[in-house]
Amino acid sequence: MDARFWLIQVFNGVSYGALLFLVGSGLSLIFGVMRIVNLSHGSYFLLGGYVALSVIWTTGSWVLSLPIAALAIAMIGLLMERIFLRPLGFDPLRQVLLTVGFAFLFQQAALDIWTGNNFDINPPDVLTQSVAIGGIYLPLYRVFMIAVALIIGTILWLAMEKTRMGAAVRATVDDAQMARGVGIDTSRISMFVFGLGAFLAALGGVIGGAFLGIYPGLDFEILPIAFAVVIIGGMGSLGGAAIGALLVGLADNFGKALFPEVSYFTLYAPMALILAIKPTGLFGRE
Amino acid sequence: MTPQQIKILVVVAALAAIAIIVPNTNSFVILLVTRALTFSILVMSLDILLGFTGLPSLGQAAYLGVGAYMTAILATRYQFGLGYDFCLVILFGLLIGAALAAVFGLLAVRATGVYFLMITLALGQCVWGLAYRWNSLTNGDNGINLRVRPQFGIDLANEVTFFYLVFGFFALSLLAMYVLVRSPFGRSLTGICERELRMRILGYNTWLHKYIAFVIAGAFGGLSGVLWAHTAGIVSPENVVLTTSVDALLMDVLGGAGTLVGGVIGAFIVIGLREYLSTLVPWWQYVLGGVYVLTILYLPTGLIGLPERIRQLRAGSNAANAVLNVGAKTGRKRYDM
Repeated sequence: MDARFWLIQVFNGVSYGALLFLVGSGLSLIFGVMRIVNLSHGSYFLLGGYVALSVIWTTGSWVLSLPIAALAIAMIGLLMERIFLRPLGFDPLRQVLLTVGFAFLFQQAALDIWTGNNFDINPPDVLTQSVAIGGIYLPLYRVFMIAVALIIGTILWLAMEKTRMGAAVRATVDDAQMARGVGIDTSRISMFVFGLGAFLAALGGVIGGAFLGIYPGLDFEILPIAFAVVIIGGMGSLGGAAIGALLVGLADNFGKALFPEVSYFTLYAPMALILAIKPTGLFGRE
Repeated sequence: MTPQQIKILVVVAALAAIAIIVPNTNSFVILLVTRALTFSILVMSLDILLGFTGLPSLGQAAYLGVGAYMTAILATRYQFGLGYDFCLVILFGLLIGAALAAVFGLLAVRATGVYFLMITLALGQCVWGLAYRWNSLTNGDNGINLRVRPQFGIDLANEVTFFYLVFGFFALSLLAMYVLVRSPFGRSLTGICERELRMRILGYNTWLHKYIAFVIAGAFGGLSGVLWAHTAGIVSPENVVLTTSVDALLMDVLGGAGTLVGGVIGAFIVIGLREYLSTLVPWWQYVLGGVYVLTILYLPTGLIGLPERIRQLRAGSNAANAVLNVGAKTGRKRYDM
C-alpha cells in the first residue's frame, strides 16, 4: 500500500462519485421539490442504458446515444409525473408506492425488449485509452466521467442560482406552500424537476453502462447507492449531492479495497446514522 | 351479529378451508401456499408498522433475513435445531428479530414519513451488505443450503406435515397480532397513526409506543425468517435485498394496510401470480404491476376495500337515480321507495 495505491484508489473513488452525482442530483432535487422518494430512479438509470444500446445498435453512434437516451427517459419521467403522480395530489406515501409499481413495470418492459442478457456499452476508441499523469496510468474514460459531472454540475448550479426558473425551484424546495402563495406554479416545477431527474439518471446510465454493464437488476442495485448519496449530502441541495456523491464514491472504493467483508456496511451504516442524527443530511437545508 | 363478528367468521372459515383443502391438492400448490403463509407473517408484521402505526418500513426483509440466516447457520455449522431443539430455534428467531429491531428502532423510530422510509431502507441495506459480503459467515452470494428439515417425532421433510407446522405458526401469529391491535396498546398505536401530536398532548409516550411496535414487528419478522429458511431450503442475500422489502410493502398495500388479513391476501396474490402465472405467460409482471398501480390510484384502502367501494358506488348511483326519478316525476307520490 504505497502512495501509488492510494492515488489510484482516490482517482477511482472520485470518478465513481462523478457517476453517482449524475444519479443523485436528480433524486435530490425531486425529493426537495416534491417530498417524495422516487423508487423508480434506478429504473431510469437502467432504461437510459438500454435505450442507448438500441441507438448504438441502429446508428452505430455512441455520441448520439447520450442525448437520445437521456431525452427519451426524461419524456417518460415527465409523463409519469403528469399522468400518475399528479392526480395523487400531495400524498407523498402513495406517490412513493406508485413509483415502486412503475419500477416493476419498467423492469418487465426492459426484460421483454432487451432480454435478460448482460450488455456492455462500448464508448469510442478515443475514450478507451489511458493517459499517464505523473507516472500513473489513468483510464481516459474515468477522466471523461469526472469532466461530464463537472460540466453538468456547473450548468445545474448556474441554472439554479442565476435563472428565474432556478429561483422558483429553490423557493419550492424551501417552502412549497409559500411558493404557491407568491404565484409560482409548483405543479409545473414538479413536472420539470421530475423530468430533469430522469434525464440525469438516464445520462448516468449511458455513461455508467461502460464499466458497470447493463443488466436486469441493476436498477435496484444503483437505487440504494443513489439514496446514500442524497442522504449523506442532504436532500434538495445540489452542493450536498456533489459532496455526498464524492463521499460515497470514495467510501465505496476504499471499503471494497480495504475491508471487503464489511464494505457495504461501511457505506450504509453512516447513512443510517446521519439520518438518525440529522435527517436533512449533512448539508441539507433545515 | 356485528360486522366485526362476521369478518372474524369469514377469516376463520377461510383459514379452515385452507387447512382442509390445501393438503389434498398437489405438491406444487402445497409448496406455494406454504411459501405464501410464511411470507404473510412478515407482511403482517409490516402491517403493524405501516397500517396501524403509520410507519412505512422499507427494510422489513432485514428481520426475515436475520431469522433465516440464524436458522441456516445453526443448522449447517452446529447441527442445532434439527430435532426437538427446533422449538428453541423458533424462540431464538423471535428474540433475534426483536433484538435487531431494538437496535434499529433506537435510530429509526424518531423519524416520520419518508424519513422513516429512508432510514429503514438504509438499515435494511446494512444487513444486506453484511449478508452479501461477509463470506466467512454467510457464504456470500451463494447463500447457505439447508439440506434437511427438523425431525422430532414428526418428520418435517414431509411437505404436508411442514405445511401444517407453518399454518399453525401463521394462525398463531395472526391471532397474536389481532389481539395486539385490538388491545388498548393497539388502539393507542392507531391514535398515533391518525394524529401523533394529539396523542402526545393526551400524555402518551408516543416514542415508546412506536418503539415497542417496532420491536414486536421485528420479532414476528424473525419468526417468519426461521420458517422461511426451512420452506425455501436456501438462505441467500436475495432474502434481504431491497426488492424483498419492497415486495412486503407492495403486498400489504395491495391487499389493504391496517387490516392484517389484507396483507395476507396481498401476499397470496403476489406470490401466486409470481409462481403460478409466470409458468403460464411471460408477461405476468405487467399484470402484477398493473394491478398494483391501479390499486394505489383508485383503491387507497387496498383490494380488501373493494366490496366497500362497490357498495359506496352503488349507493351513490342509487341516490343519483332517486334524485333523477324525483325530478322526472314531480308532483307524483312514490310509494315504492
